[in-house]
Amino acid sequence: MSGQRAAYRRRQTAFRWVALTVAVAAFAAPLLGAFDFTTQGPGGNGRTAETWLTLVDVSKVTTDYPALREGFLASVSLAIVTPLVMLLILVPTMTWVRLRLPGLSRTVEFICLLPLTVPAIVLVVGLGPVYAWVYYLLGSSTLWLSLAYVVLVLPYAYRSLDAGLRAIDVRTLSEAARSLGASWFTVMRRIVLPNLRSAVLSASFLSVALVLGEFTIALLFSKKNLQVAMYELGKSDAKISVAVGLLALAFAFLVLFAMSFVGSSTAGSSPFARLRRSRAVRKEPAA
Amino acid sequence: MADAPRGRALGRHRPSSALLGVVPFFAYTTVFLLIPTLVVLVGAFLDGNNGFTFGNVQALTTPAVMRALRNSVVLSAVTAVGGAVIGGILAYAVSTAKASSVTKRFITSLCGVLAQFGGVALAFAFTASFGMTGLITLWLNNMGVDTGTGFWLYGWNKGLMLVYLYFQVPLMVIVFLPAVEGLRPQWREATETLGGSTWTFWRRVAGPILLPSFVGAMLLLFTNAFSAYATAKALISQGTPLLPLQIAGTLSSEVILGQENVGKAMALAMVVVVAVVMTAYVLLDRRASRWMQR
Repeated sequence: MSGQRAAYRRRQTAFRWVALTVAVAAFAAPLLGAFDFTTQGPGGNGRTAETWLTLVDVSKVTTDYPALREGFLASVSLAIVTPLVMLLILVPTMTWVRLRLPGLSRTVEFICLLPLTVPAIVLVVGLGPVYAWVYYLLGSSTLWLSLAYVVLVLPYAYRSLDAGLRAIDVRTLSEAARSLGASWFTVMRRIVLPNLRSAVLSASFLSVALVLGEFTIALLFSKKNLQVAMYELGKSDAKISVAVGLLALAFAFLVLFAMSFVGSSTAGSSPFARLRRSRAVRKEPAA
Repeated sequence: MADAPRGRALGRHRPSSALLGVVPFFAYTTVFLLIPTLVVLVGAFLDGNNGFTFGNVQALTTPAVMRALRNSVVLSAVTAVGGAVIGGILAYAVSTAKASSVTKRFITSLCGVLAQFGGVALAFAFTASFGMTGLITLWLNNMGVDTGTGFWLYGWNKGLMLVYLYFQVPLMVIVFLPAVEGLRPQWREATETLGGSTWTFWRRVAGPILLPSFVGAMLLLFTNAFSAYATAKALISQGTPLLPLQIAGTLSSEVILGQENVGKAMALAMVVVVAVVMTAYVLLDRRASRWMQR
């Protein structure tokens, strides 16, 4: 029997390596092709590192590709503001609902998961009138895109924060703090947030990644973020835009790869995987 | 808060004051999620003078919109099935690796990137690789495969399908992996003890257990492709063969006045398709989680 199992294990390992090698090769091919394209000389002859040297040279990017700089800066500030707004909205609400209004938890969950059934392109159609007001009241800064992005990240952020809240006993912790005289603000800042650190981190990482990759809403609202700048540059200077695209992919990969080492619960951090995992957990009796 | 009576420490607020705590959340989601959804739902049935009409919904039956809808459904269905089969096999291959191994982390991270951040960058990578001097064009030509003019890449039913697979397969790996990992080794051992072969195991044990997850994941892939816009926009510069492109078209200024509500009707059609598929997904997922070891 053990010989049979050993043979089976060997077959399985061989199958794994063959399948994964073929897959990685297939997925690397277009990326390799893109890299090859960025190093091609004029007319496809010879090799040149000019594209990459330009990208490394910050002052040159600033003068030659102002759109790229603008888009990059916009995406970076959006990537900072969006997770902040998301946390500000979600963490207190979810904690509060857990502590004081358990009857509302279903409603909050439903609202948070609703964006999964509303594609970004549909959201754009409906957000038109809303943004007319936002622009009227707050001015037409690209930064206000983050208000819509918060909605996009809602399902993913909800899932990871929900898993984090499940893992701690919020009620006992906050009752202890309250009976020692802490205000609700102190409970939030010194008790709940530190305990939720890894959930907050993974929710923020997901938001950052989603914001950096967002294209649809920005393009259709005529705002320039990194993806839109890249898209528009693709028409005039394809090499630079392909190189920027590769850099963005590489950066996203590094973020996810690093995340997979932060705590085993966030391994292979896919929002969908988390969705499925936490759904089963829910069947446990509520604390 | 400072002057709150001590008796409140254990949370004896009246319910009405407790409700105040969730006002920001509900206000925010009302403005940025519920109102936009309502704008689409209601706008789909309004004419240019804000009167009730079925005209926008009837406009969905025009040949251009019907073609876009059909193309979108076919594209999503084909890439969902293809992505599910290829991704399913890959997910199984990944699942045989040890949980904490670098291989697994590498593959899941790579899949995460391709599934969620592809969009424009992925489309550009393909344009570069399959262009006149592109690396893959050269490889194919060296192998004696004629790639023709290269315009096939921009067809919704050829190139776009290939590019869509590049984010569908990774998504399948991510979504399906937990299900395959839920297969317990004891089940295979039990099958062997009872004299079953590997084929029996897959046909009679693993297959039926994985089927709901597999179909559920396929539905998720369908909605993913159905609502994708970035890749199609970056790859297709002429014509609007897909529904998301059609919707975006109604948002631009070139559209005749009064047509913007047709865009809302198209958006509504899209929401209906996605909602139906997602409901089926949730039901299947519930069924699937019965066997899953958590």
